[in-house]
Amino acid sequence: MKFLHEYRQREAVEKIAAEIHRVVTRPWTIMEVCGGQTHAIVKFGLQQLLPPQIELVHGPGCPVCVTSLEIIDQAIAIASRPDVIFCSFGDMLRVPGSNGDLLTVKAAGGDIRTVYSPLQALKVAEDNPHKEVVFFAIGFETTAPAHAMAVVLATKKRLRNFSLLVSHFLVPPAIEAICSAPGSRVQGFLAAGHVCAIMGYEQYRPLAREYRVPIVVTGFEPLDILEGVLLCVRQLEQGICLVLNQYARAVDRNGNLNAQEILELVFDIDDQAWRGVGSIAASGLRLRAEFARFDAGRRFGMAHSSGPDRSGCISGRIMQGLQKPCDCPHFGGRCRPEQPLGAPMVSSEGACAAYYRYRNRSTADAH
Amino acid sequence: MHTECPIPVSADETVRLGHGSGGELSQRLLREYIYPHFDNAWTVQAHDSATLPRIGGRTVFTTDSFVVSPLFFPGGNIGELAVYGTVNDLAMSGARPLYLSCSLILEEGLPMKTLAAVMASMGRAAAATGVQLVTGDTKVVEKGKGDGLFINTAGIGSLEHVLSIAPDRIQPGDSILLSGDIGRHGMAVMARREGLEFDGPLLSDCAPLHEPVLALLEAGINVHCLRDLTRGGLATALVELAEGSRRQFSLRENDIAITEPVLGACEMLGLDPLYVANEGRFVAFVPPHQAQQALAILQKCPVSADSRAIGTVSASEAAEVILRNSIGCERLLDRLPGEQLPRIC
Repeated sequence: MKFLHEYRQREAVEKIAAEIHRVVTRPWTIMEVCGGQTHAIVKFGLQQLLPPQIELVHGPGCPVCVTSLEIIDQAIAIASRPDVIFCSFGDMLRVPGSNGDLLTVKAAGGDIRTVYSPLQALKVAEDNPHKEVVFFAIGFETTAPAHAMAVVLATKKRLRNFSLLVSHFLVPPAIEAICSAPGSRVQGFLAAGHVCAIMGYEQYRPLAREYRVPIVVTGFEPLDILEGVLLCVRQLEQGICLVLNQYARAVDRNGNLNAQEILELVFDIDDQAWRGVGSIAASGLRLRAEFARFDAGRRFGMAHSSGPDRSGCISGRIMQGLQKPCDCPHFGGRCRPEQPLGAPMVSSEGACAAYYRYRNRSTADAH
Repeated sequence: MHTECPIPVSADETVRLGHGSGGELSQRLLREYIYPHFDNAWTVQAHDSATLPRIGGRTVFTTDSFVVSPLFFPGGNIGELAVYGTVNDLAMSGARPLYLSCSLILEEGLPMKTLAAVMASMGRAAAATGVQLVTGDTKVVEKGKGDGLFINTAGIGSLEHVLSIAPDRIQPGDSILLSGDIGRHGMAVMARREGLEFDGPLLSDCAPLHEPVLALLEAGINVHCLRDLTRGGLATALVELAEGSRRQFSLRENDIAITEPVLGACEMLGLDPLYVANEGRFVAFVPPHQAQQALAILQKCPVSADSRAIGTVSASEAAEVILRNSIGCERLLDRLPGEQLPRIC
């Protein structure tokens, strides 16, 4: 991890911050798309280094936050079955469904296991041939190739007791939805570096052109994010709307072709429901027909039946850049990390959890 | 006298319910696996309770339970942890640890060789620390009702000083000393449990802390407060102390040592090393004019050789912990909403 230190050096960071102060002449609203970037911004207190004219708003790039209530309810129903071992990333266990969360199911005796990769879930399936093993496959373009790989391997190994509850999201359609939404405040984007490492960034060029927004592919370290902001602000000040790549050490224009190939092999593009936002056309992935037997929703006959989200959570408005976590009347009161009303208070990549956890003077005073 | 037993002890023997029955199997368990490691006057008594000699001065009493999974992790095991954990709780009052109890809850099916290894390790840890195991208990639960082995230890220590070492003695201006690099225990357990491998060795810091603490006291350092960093890590310990003392602490992130393997593992798993558990680290609050002397004393003890001053107590009465990070920005540290990692100690 030695390579991280150079992106956290005070002198380098201060130099970029000073350059941002120098070029900015008026207010700009910039959205960092990825929850990992939100986390870093709040954790490192980067807003403290920026001129007051620059407002960072936090995008929808946290898979835990955008997974729909319906999918959470399906996960809870499947995980409650005595014949199932349910494997999930840890954060998902605390996301509230219509009625409880996965931790409640675990406490009631459900066999729910925290995993760090779909391949661990695959191993659980191999080790437990008499159980149905379900992997909660959530994420963006970044995690999807590994999930596709698990499907391919399960096919090769002829595993009949392995399936995925898929909740996969694509970033470019979400950016388009934010740009085209009435009242959108976002004037420039920091695109998610990891997503672009897989997908490249050609898809962003038409968006930048059509909606007149600069888009900067950006990494996750303090220096990356400040450079991303600088590249974005320079364009905004000059009236330019290009796609630029700040994160060249990990991203090239075409992305990872092997990963894209396996994605295409296993998944189809489909409409997708985003929690708090609603359905966005062609913004999700579902298993292709030839892999439908790995679809846990289908295997367990899940109905599409969740009602509206009545929690009072304003996650949708936060993830579209319309409001900040501190604007929510429940933030830090009824909604806290140990008792979340909505998903953004759960995940470390959720804007609300990041604000809550990494309070600095300004955000602490706000509630 | 050795009672004849019709069943020979085999290397692959496992714990059975009968080992907790109080009958012959229980006796054998004690005799063969437990007593040999606590060879002292009290276990020879083989009595329901230990009668201890009068302890001079004030007496300190504490208890802790250990449920770590896995039982063996890089750098330690549950047996050592059960000795050091309670010794460290005593040490944080500035006490000299003297006696421990040891209660075992064994799960049916636990391999005897696992038990033997854990007990041998407890014996070695007790001997190295200078505490004596004087009383104990063994229960066996059915298969599936435990996780191999749980241990409870209680400890008694004596105070040989007149200081009150407590959060309410933390004063503005106090120097905050940290006894070494952080996050190793939590990440070592995690790496073993999840089968993760990282660059470089990732060993638990599991160790007894009474030696550096007693060295500070013997040198006449006016120690205001001590706290060992266990679950919740450095951040949680300091937040609790800030609240307990109604004081504001200012920390410098650059002075908090974290090894590369711990940093790497935390980055990969999305964990914050400030919140990762330790089992051989503590913070000491000392008056500023004694900070350098205290630091030099700590650095002379192997277990706290990498001690550093990491911050100071401010005059403000806001009960909060402020971290100035490597890029010069500030953030408030807060409690974690839940455990970062379950069952690490």
